[in-house]
Amino acid sequence: MPPRRPLLTLSGVGKTFAGDVVALRGMSLEVREGDFISLLGPSGCGKSTALRLIAGLSHPTAGSIRWAEARERGDIGVVFQEPTLMPWATVAENAWLPFRLRGQSYSAVKDEVREALRLVGLDAFAGAYPRELSGGMKMRVSIARALVTRPKLILMDEPFAALDEITRFRLNNDLLSLKAKIGCTVIFVTHSVFESVFLSDRIVVMAARPGRVEREVAVGEPYPRDEAFRTSPEYAALCREASAALHAAMGEAA
Amino acid sequence: MTAIEAPAPLDAEEEARLRAARRDRIAKWALPVIVMALTLVLWDRIVVWNDIAHYILPAPSRVAETLVADWAILGPAAWATIQITGLALLAAVVGGVGLAVFFTQSRLFELSFYPYAVILQVTPIIAIAPLLRIYIDSVYGVLILCAWIVAFFPILSNTTLGLNSADHNLRDLFRIYGATRWQKLRYLQLPAALPYFLGGLRIAGGLSLIGAVVAEFVVGTAGQSYGLASRILEASYRLNIPRLYAALLLISAIGVVIFAALSLLSHLLLRKWHESALKRET
Ligand SMILES: Nc1ncnc2c1ncn2[C@@H]1O[C@H](COP(=O)(O)OP(=O)(O)OP(=O)(O)O)[C@@H](O)[C@H]1O
Ligand SMILES: [Mg+2]
Repeated sequence: MPPRRPLLTLSGVGKTFAGDVVALRGMSLEVREGDFISLLGPSGCGKSTALRLIAGLSHPTAGSIRWAEARERGDIGVVFQEPTLMPWATVAENAWLPFRLRGQSYSAVKDEVREALRLVGLDAFAGAYPRELSGGMKMRVSIARALVTRPKLILMDEPFAALDEITRFRLNNDLLSLKAKIGCTVIFVTHSVFESVFLSDRIVVMAARPGRVEREVAVGEPYPRDEAFRTSPEYAALCREASAALHAAMGEAA
Repeated sequence: MTAIEAPAPLDAEEEARLRAARRDRIAKWALPVIVMALTLVLWDRIVVWNDIAHYILPAPSRVAETLVADWAILGPAAWATIQITGLALLAAVVGGVGLAVFFTQSRLFELSFYPYAVILQVTPIIAIAPLLRIYIDSVYGVLILCAWIVAFFPILSNTTLGLNSADHNLRDLFRIYGATRWQKLRYLQLPAALPYFLGGLRIAGGLSLIGAVVAEFVVGTAGQSYGLASRILEASYRLNIPRLYAALLLISAIGVVIFAALSLLSHLLLRKWHESALKRET
């Protein structure tokens, strides 16, 4: 396998909010093309802050974030913890949004929108309104919207935290096959050790007060990963390792 | 396995629910009509049994007769009131929404002008109307202005609230995709504000009628008469109580029609997506 090209580099990134709240301190991370990176850590350790900095929604108060190539509109897709759909727009119109904001008409990008909905298994619901969908389906629309422009990087902030476990497992599987199909890079925030091990090839374990990177756990297991991986001894061992790192980050004995 | 399965029989609870829904649909119309009919009969009986003179309390039939007989006077007056109310409401929509959009586009603009919108709102219209009458020649113009002043504030404040109520994650998303100010307004803030605006519009519809009538009581009496309010005043001077009731009836009818029309508009615009217009299957 050829070494992956770097996509963006965080060096010593820190964020201090007014009132001397240090949300993040000295975060360094090299994100390479095709990576699936999980940010794992307790509440308040700066995971969302890191994601917002990478998305360009706020600016670091220390350090820098450098992109290997200049960023363009639509290079980043985002999925939030809530589906965050426009309730007045249909599923297809919601997925069209990133194109629409670039000034592209629906008819010009109809195929891309359809394809994105097909990838998340919702092509039959293109004309439905968000309120007619279940929580898991709304999340799928949100994912379709994030990948419709085929961005280089998709940022996901605890996207499945509000879903039941069965739906979450299904979406985890689907997310991996989606990523394999469109070959993007993913940075995924989660509270769940199991989810991070199943999904990622690198887990960044973070600690709170102040928010910082505790250590990185490499998950060497090859993709595609399926249900069999969930019951394998390698999976169990990795979960123990990540869990121990998380406990260490929280200042407890493992 | 048979290819075609008989539909599962409804269970008792489901049937009861359907019956209740049917009953509600009928009752929604039937009950108010019955109450109205009973009131009219009672009113009529009270007048007849107590032998009350029509210049004190006319029987409902007498009011109806007057409405028809005096239509040449009442009809144009009602039409004038409708026009004033409608124009004032239209101006309130344009002014209220326009100002709300400016407010959300420029914080400085909002800080500068919001206090004046409030002052306009809290000053009783009765107190301003005579003054306006001095500066503005056209009575018609004064009436529209007065009705506008009372109607525009709920639209302004509701729409401003709505424009600012768009989901903050969606706003972030728009920023990430590099949306322009105009795109953000058009695709995010205006749709998000629609339910709030429609709520304000329903209040404003009633207020513009009240404003039109009240203002006319204050300014429209100088010899000329325009809408229903001057007809009511006139009728009361002449102790023409049946006509007074007929005019009152027309005002209420106009108010009810405005409310119903705006409710229907709101329902049509929101029924596809907004919680307020949803009939959820339980
Ligand atoms: N806009 C802000 N202003 C001030 N403080 C903030 C702001 N945003 C975040 N913080 C603080 O920064 C710290 C990190 O917040 P952040 O939201 O990044 O945590 P998180 O890891 O995403 O937590 P969670 O898992 O609960 O979502 C918290 O202590 C929080 O109170
Ligand atoms: Mg968070």
